[in-house]
Amino acid sequence: MIVGERKPVAEILEMTKGYDRIFVAGCGTCVTVCLAGGEKEVSVLSSLLRISGKKTGHKVKVVEGTIERQCEREWVGEMKDKVKDADAVLSMACGIGVQLVAEMYPEKPVFPALNTTLMGFPTKHAVWLENCRACGDCMLHLTGGICPITRCAKQMLNGPCGGSLNGKCEIDSEIDCAWALIYEKLKATNRLDWMSKIQPPKRWDIAGHGGPRKTVKEEEVVP
Amino acid sequence: MAAEAVAAVKKGTEADASFQPRIVAFCCNFCAYAAADLAGSMRLDYPPNARVIRLPCSGKIEILYLLRAIEDGADGVMVMGCLDGDCHFMNGNFRAKKRVAAAKKLLEAVGIEPERVEMYNLSSAMASKFAEMISDMTEKVRRLGPSPLGKGVAR
Repeated sequence: MIVGERKPVAEILEMTKGYDRIFVAGCGTCVTVCLAGGEKEVSVLSSLLRISGKKTGHKVKVVEGTIERQCEREWVGEMKDKVKDADAVLSMACGIGVQLVAEMYPEKPVFPALNTTLMGFPTKHAVWLENCRACGDCMLHLTGGICPITRCAKQMLNGPCGGSLNGKCEIDSEIDCAWALIYEKLKATNRLDWMSKIQPPKRWDIAGHGGPRKTVKEEEVVP
Repeated sequence: MAAEAVAAVKKGTEADASFQPRIVAFCCNFCAYAAADLAGSMRLDYPPNARVIRLPCSGKIEILYLLRAIEDGADGVMVMGCLDGDCHFMNGNFRAKKRVAAAKKLLEAVGIEPERVEMYNLSSAMASKFAEMISDMTEKVRRLGPSPLGKGVAR
């Protein structure tokens, strides 16, 4: 899932300063699951905005609402009445949601309440580990299902660097060495010989270094 | 203006004894709530400022409950859970402690004194401790003065 965390309250107060009617918009998908921008977090942030308004004497009307997904036009379209009545929209979605809301309501200022931090899964309740960088050329079949692009600090493609020590990374002893994990996984699945398959340099142009990427499923595109 | 200045001076130095703070006390069913009951049976004397809300466990507390209490004009909020290691649900009181700490930071960020929200730990047998905690919080909030959000609310 896409993981985010709420920006510092001071930053949110600064960007919404001067607006009298704020629509705090939550997203019911990834950021709900990662406890950053779902219905509950919308209520907490809205309460903080109201408390701050009362404290500073600035009468602010805060409207709360959470839709299923802020990254799809159909769902974002459902927000239109609440957006219409607001001076500004404070989106608690990831960066994708914020941008779609901003695009679909060009006349409204739309602000991000979260920092989008990573794509990953929880290692335990409320702890998320980055697992994918959307490099555009997946090599997990070669690496035992462990991504060296994401989990190796140097993004090594052909085995560990000299900083791998007792299965940990030299940048932080808390971080697993991705290549140590890959070695163990390949060994456990009788594929250790795969370690010696040489990987050529990766195509970084499709990893985001060639401008914004576009995915098209041609046969489904409406003419 | 003058009255405000006087209030500010008082806040910094001494408590306004006539101020009766409104305190919301979220009490765990297994410790604080039972201790309150026992305090009553024992005819213990403590300030009438706390409004008790029973929770099945202090771990049921949500940051939102604490914020809403403050938003609606409470001068102080207490969360009362079991002693460390004694939670009936293993770690509910530790969860509560973390959420209280997080709520304090959030309140501070919007200009509310974080001391208006506190966590307390006790057991069901500690009736006199319960009375002491209520007195302690009442006095603490009295020193802080009325919540800036409580203005105009009938007391």
